[in-house]
Amino acid sequence: MAKRIDVSGLNAYYGSFRAIEDISMTVEPRTVTAFIGPSGCGKSTFLRTLNRMHEVTPGGRVEGKVMLDDEDLYGAGVDPVSVRREVGMVFQRPNPFPTMSIYDNVAAGLKLVGTKKKSEMDDVVEKSLKGANLWNEVKDRLGKPGSGLSGGQQQRLCIARAIAVEPNVLLMDEPCSALDPISTLAIEDLIGELKERFTIVIVTHNMQQAARVSDRTAFFNLAAVGQPGKLIEIDDTERIFSNPSVQATEDYISGRFG
Amino acid sequence: MDISTTKDTPLPSTPPPPAAEEKRAARGATRPGDRIFLGLSRGSGIFLLAIMAAIAVFLSYRAVLAIGKDEGNFFTTFEWNPTGNPPVFGIAVLAFGTIVSSIIAMAIAVPVAVGIALFITHYAPRKLGGPIAYVVDLLAAVPSIVYGLWGALVLVPQLDGLYGWLNDYLGWTGIFEWQGGAPRSMLTVGILLAIMILPIITNVSREVFRQVPQMHEEAALALGATRWEVIRMAVLPFGRSGVISASMLGLGRALGETMAVAMVLSSSFEINLSLLDPGGGTFAQNIASKFSEATEMGRDALIASGLVLFVITLLVNGAARLIIARRKEFSGANA
Repeated sequence: MAKRIDVSGLNAYYGSFRAIEDISMTVEPRTVTAFIGPSGCGKSTFLRTLNRMHEVTPGGRVEGKVMLDDEDLYGAGVDPVSVRREVGMVFQRPNPFPTMSIYDNVAAGLKLVGTKKKSEMDDVVEKSLKGANLWNEVKDRLGKPGSGLSGGQQQRLCIARAIAVEPNVLLMDEPCSALDPISTLAIEDLIGELKERFTIVIVTHNMQQAARVSDRTAFFNLAAVGQPGKLIEIDDTERIFSNPSVQATEDYISGRFG
Repeated sequence: MDISTTKDTPLPSTPPPPAAEEKRAARGATRPGDRIFLGLSRGSGIFLLAIMAAIAVFLSYRAVLAIGKDEGNFFTTFEWNPTGNPPVFGIAVLAFGTIVSSIIAMAIAVPVAVGIALFITHYAPRKLGGPIAYVVDLLAAVPSIVYGLWGALVLVPQLDGLYGWLNDYLGWTGIFEWQGGAPRSMLTVGILLAIMILPIITNVSREVFRQVPQMHEEAALALGATRWEVIRMAVLPFGRSGVISASMLGLGRALGETMAVAMVLSSSFEINLSLLDPGGGTFAQNIASKFSEATEMGRDALIASGLVLFVITLLVNGAARLIIARRKEFSGANA
C-alpha cells in the first residue's frame, strides 16, 4: 500500500534556528527517491519531518504541510505515534534492541499494534526476515540476541523490523554509511526489491549509491554555515547525474565542492 | 669466509641478553609512574581482601565460641538468653524479622524509585527534573538516626488510619490482622526502611536510565511506540541490570539498618505472622539494643547473629550477580 508523499512549504526549526527552508516536493509511490547534498544541508532533518521524528529532538518544530495521499501528517489532531506506524524508518547506525532476540526485534512493532497470536506473529517474522534477505542467515538462531549479528546483518534486521508492520513509506537515513561494501551491496539489492511494495526515501552521502538505487534524486544545499538548507532541485536520477538544470548540482556531483 | 671463522669471531651484533633482561624486554619498558600506580592499586585490592578476611575470621571465631555453648538450636530457637544457665539462644526470630522487613521495604521502594527515576529522566521538563533529583540526593544524606526520630515521632502516630483500613479490608488474610496495639510493627519498619533506601535506588536507576542510547529510544519511537512503550521496549530492558544492582545496594542498607529500626520497632522475641502487630526483631536492631549491656558470652552470641547477617548479605549479592550474569548476552553491553 505504498502512498504518495506531497510536501509543500515545509520549514523545520531547532529552537529559533531554521534548519530547512520552504521545501516542496512530491514522491511517487513505489519509487526510490535519494536525497544528496553536503553535510548540514538539512536532508536528514527533512527526512525526519516525514515521519514526525524531528519534533522528538528538544526544540524541534515544523511548519508546513506533508500529505500522505489524502492525510495531512501535521494536521490538527493527528497523533505522531500513528504517523510513525505508517512511515517506517531505518537509521544510520544499525540499532536493533540489544535486550531482545532476533525474533523479538522483528516482532517489536507488531506487539505495539496488538498482534497477539503466536502463529500469526511467526508468519510475519518469517516473511519480514525473508523480505529483508536475512531469513536464511538467522533462521536457526531466532532466539539469539540481535546485537550478536554483523553490522550489515543488523541493518537488515532493522529493515525487517521496519517492514514487519507494513508501513506505507520507508525512510532510510544513510543506511549504509556504517557498513562495508559487501553489506552495502546487499542493502542496495534489497532496496531494489522493497520498492515493489513501498515508497522509499533514502538519504545518502554516496553519490554512486544514489545513482545505483534511486529513480529520483533531490539535491539539497545551503548558502553558508548557519543558513537554512534548501532543496535545489529534484529530478529523475539519470537527468540529475547527466544533465542537471542547476549549476550547483553539477558542481556537487562532479566533485567541485562538498 | 666459511662457517668456522664466523664461529670463532662473533659478529659485532649485541650478544644474547641474559634471561631476566629478556623477560623485561618482552614486557616492554616500564616507567616509574606505572610501577608506583600498579603497586598502589594492587595494594588497595589486597588490602580490601585482607579486611574482608579479617572480619570473616573475627566473626567466625567468636561465633563458634558462642554457638558451642548454646544449649538450644542456634537456627530454630525462638529465644535469646545467652547468659542463662544453660545459655539458650537462636536467630529464627531475627532472621524472619530482618527478611520480612526488608521484603516490605523493597516492595515499596523499588517501584517508587524506578518511577521517580523515569520521571526525572524521561517525563519531567528539565526545570523540574533537576530540583527533584537534588532533593532525592539530599534524602540520601539524612543520617539514619534522624529517620528513626522522624519515624518514631511522626510516622508511627500517623499510621493508625492505614492500619485500621488494612485490617478492615485485608484482615482476613491474617497478614494484615491488627489487634489494635501501637503501630510499631514490621510493616512500620518496612515503610521507614523503604523511605531510607529510596534515594540510593533512585539515584543509581536514574544514572542507568540516562545512559540508554538515544538510538534505541529512536528505534522504538520510529516503530510507532508511545512514550510509555519506548520506556518498556528500550529503557527498562536496558536499565534492568542497573536497577537490580541499585536494588541490591538498597537491600544491603535495609538488611543492616540499625538505629531507625530500633527506635520504631517495639521488639519482642516472637514471630508474628501479622505484619501489623508489634513484635519481632532484626539482627542489627537486636545487636544494637543488647550489645551495651551484654556480658562476654552475650556479646559472642550477638556476634554469631552478626555472622548470619553477613552471610545473608553475601548470598543476596551473589544471587543478584547471578541474575545479571544469566542475561548477559542480552544486556546491551555488547551493542
